[in-house]
Amino acid sequence: MKITLKIQRFNKEKDEKPYFQEFELEAEPTDRLLDALMSVVTNLDGSLGLRKSCAHGICGSDAMVINGIERLACKTLIKDVADDNNSAITVEPLRCMPVQKDLMVDQGRFFETYRAVKPFLINEEPADGKERIQTPEERSRFDDATKCILCAACYSSCPVIQEKNPAFIGPAAVVNAARFLFDSRDRGMEERLPVLNDENGVWPCENHFNCTRVCPRDIKVTKNINLTKREIKNYNVQQ
Amino acid sequence: MKHHYEAIIVGAGGAGLYAALEASKTAKTAVLSKLYPVRSHTGTAQGGIGAALGNVEEDRPEWHAFDTIKGGDYLTDQKAAQILVEEAVEAVYHLENLGLPFSRTSEGKIDQRRFGGHTRNFGEAPVRRSCYAADRTGHMILQTLYQQCIKNKVAFFDEFFVLDVLIDGKKCNGVVAMELATGEIHTFQSKAVLFATGGFGRIYRITSNAYASTGDAPAVLARAGVPMEDMEFFQFHPTGIYGMGILITEAVRGEGGVLLNRNGDRLMEEYAPALLDLAPRDLISRAIITEIKKGNGIRGDKKIDDYVYLDATRIGKEVIEKKLPDIAGFCRTYLGIDPAEKPIPVQPTAHYAMGGIPTDIMGRVLASGGGDIYEGLYAAGECACISVHGANRLGTNSLVDLIVYGRRAGAEMARFVKEADFGSMPASADEQARKKINALFTGKKGKSRGDIATRMQEIMMEKVGVFRTGEEMKRAITDIRRIREEFNDVRVEDTGKRFNTELLEVLELENLLDIAYLTAVAAKNRTETRGAHSRMDFPERDDKKWLKHSLIWLDGEKYKIGYRDVDISLYKPKARTY
Repeated sequence: MKITLKIQRFNKEKDEKPYFQEFELEAEPTDRLLDALMSVVTNLDGSLGLRKSCAHGICGSDAMVINGIERLACKTLIKDVADDNNSAITVEPLRCMPVQKDLMVDQGRFFETYRAVKPFLINEEPADGKERIQTPEERSRFDDATKCILCAACYSSCPVIQEKNPAFIGPAAVVNAARFLFDSRDRGMEERLPVLNDENGVWPCENHFNCTRVCPRDIKVTKNINLTKREIKNYNVQQ
Repeated sequence: MKHHYEAIIVGAGGAGLYAALEASKTAKTAVLSKLYPVRSHTGTAQGGIGAALGNVEEDRPEWHAFDTIKGGDYLTDQKAAQILVEEAVEAVYHLENLGLPFSRTSEGKIDQRRFGGHTRNFGEAPVRRSCYAADRTGHMILQTLYQQCIKNKVAFFDEFFVLDVLIDGKKCNGVVAMELATGEIHTFQSKAVLFATGGFGRIYRITSNAYASTGDAPAVLARAGVPMEDMEFFQFHPTGIYGMGILITEAVRGEGGVLLNRNGDRLMEEYAPALLDLAPRDLISRAIITEIKKGNGIRGDKKIDDYVYLDATRIGKEVIEKKLPDIAGFCRTYLGIDPAEKPIPVQPTAHYAMGGIPTDIMGRVLASGGGDIYEGLYAAGECACISVHGANRLGTNSLVDLIVYGRRAGAEMARFVKEADFGSMPASADEQARKKINALFTGKKGKSRGDIATRMQEIMMEKVGVFRTGEEMKRAITDIRRIREEFNDVRVEDTGKRFNTELLEVLELENLLDIAYLTAVAAKNRTETRGAHSRMDFPERDDKKWLKHSLIWLDGEKYKIGYRDVDISLYKPKARTY
């Protein structure tokens, strides 16, 4: 089928402000949007800037705003976003992060929030040269959070960051804190508390659920945030 | 801009990060990667990491070693394989202790499952050896290692693309790299450099590999005069999603899935009566192509791009959702099917390079077949060839390789830099790199890079694929030579400095072309069938003539071939049946 990609372009070396450029091309309904974008890059305009790598939804490189919604270009099929009646697809860079060029955004702050929650196992007890025992039930408590690929789709979709509080650490950082807080092997609540319990920590979340809707890994992001809030409250009561 | 680090690590996948963790304990270390953090291809590994923990049934490292050696069709260096399997056990526990969320047994231990070619008691029957975290084992390894790098404050240079290695005589003094954000050329002076840039499946049209898998380190080093080892051995994974190449893990068969031809027959009954669908990958990929050529593919038109079915319906919905959730997701997203209800259309997909930069068991790069090394130059992971995988790698052993040998190389670098000095660094160190970049922006534009890339991938797929003949490979070499010449007229149209992804892709294509050339030449040179290298015109393994590693040196349009002995000190080569 014939599709029209309406892509937001911006290169601060020569453009004063972002603008949309249209590309018409042939695509199969079952092609990935990334295939179509790569066809533009390879055959029509090599200067189009985007990131990509694994091309099947694992590496997290190609999150962008497609027809107004955060998605991975490699996990979006043409037929998911276009049909014969409406073959135009709008493609924009992620929100809440500065555009570097075209569809590439600066994820520096996003990764800063990730690092801030100390996303590593905190446990100084010796492990005796074997695995630490963890039951399947204990393992399943944090399984959902382990799926995060740090694509920043949730961060981009968050109305709190967009409109109210750009200092909010954002959904992905909390999910990655939850990944460890609910791991029976971790002892790091105390160390993470200053960041999580801060006014820009977990509390600015208002349960809009945008993050949960856009997560390409189907993580129940909002639920993870609420569980983390509860865990902090319980912890504070106990202290 | 100029930088000084004792140790430079190029590549931030499993091998690079593990090496960085080790090296940075005592040495001033920096990691350069052309990708953002955690985007590396290690993250896509699915099924597991092999280690004889014996958590669910009896297992022993020596069985794992034997399987690895036999799986590699006896081209595996046997002491290197022994180290691999012995250190695998400790490495898996170490990863768990670092936080890796393995799936668990009911007793709370690391759970293990079956995988192709992994057996108990020297080939008797499949054994549960693969330690896994659902079907996201690579993702968890990459995350865990990156998290540890954050904890240990390792220095990262994200989106830096290496253009050149600085080798003076037989000593490595650093690298030259381009910063994507600015287009600036940086020189990194160092006492030791480790290359861990992963694979180069992108030389093929149907591949499981990421866009980023472009063989950057092997190409840069080959152009600098370093030999490449066993380039003729490239693994096709039997089960890539039809038409797309996306990997469907062997764990699907480990959990009970089977391959079916158009008649609904279990095709592996004919080709590997003992291990069936859990035979090694080279054997299963050949079986699938053979069935297709007989007209037993699903379309039945005998064309090479026909496919077969991977039937996971017999595993049951519950097990699929619990142990193979990402696979179920891929099937829903890309095929619109539920694997618990419908069979998955699959075809062999270019997956893993057994060959690459020759190293010893400390990760030091070899300069010849005689064992002499480059001082301060290291390689680990898929881009390296130790060789623990021989002529065909077993499933799960790539992750084992990253962890065991990434760690060893990092530790060796840390030891080495303590007593080594910085080499001399002439002011003109980055001259070659600058010249090369400038040339890509000036002069008349010839062929398009897209056209060249497509032709390379098709030639390699058709003529240097699962089955090979001398006649076809001769044509492939001629064709690749021609398109390498055409590449000289490729120009970058985007003249911008910042985030010039077009320039990056042209440089990657140059690397792929060099690697495709070396692969085709090495493949034509080896006149026998061994492991993943299957010659229709030489269908037998020929130990008398070919029980040796090949080395190939690139010299512009020309090449030179040499050899290296195989270590067979543990198990005498035998016929390889399953």
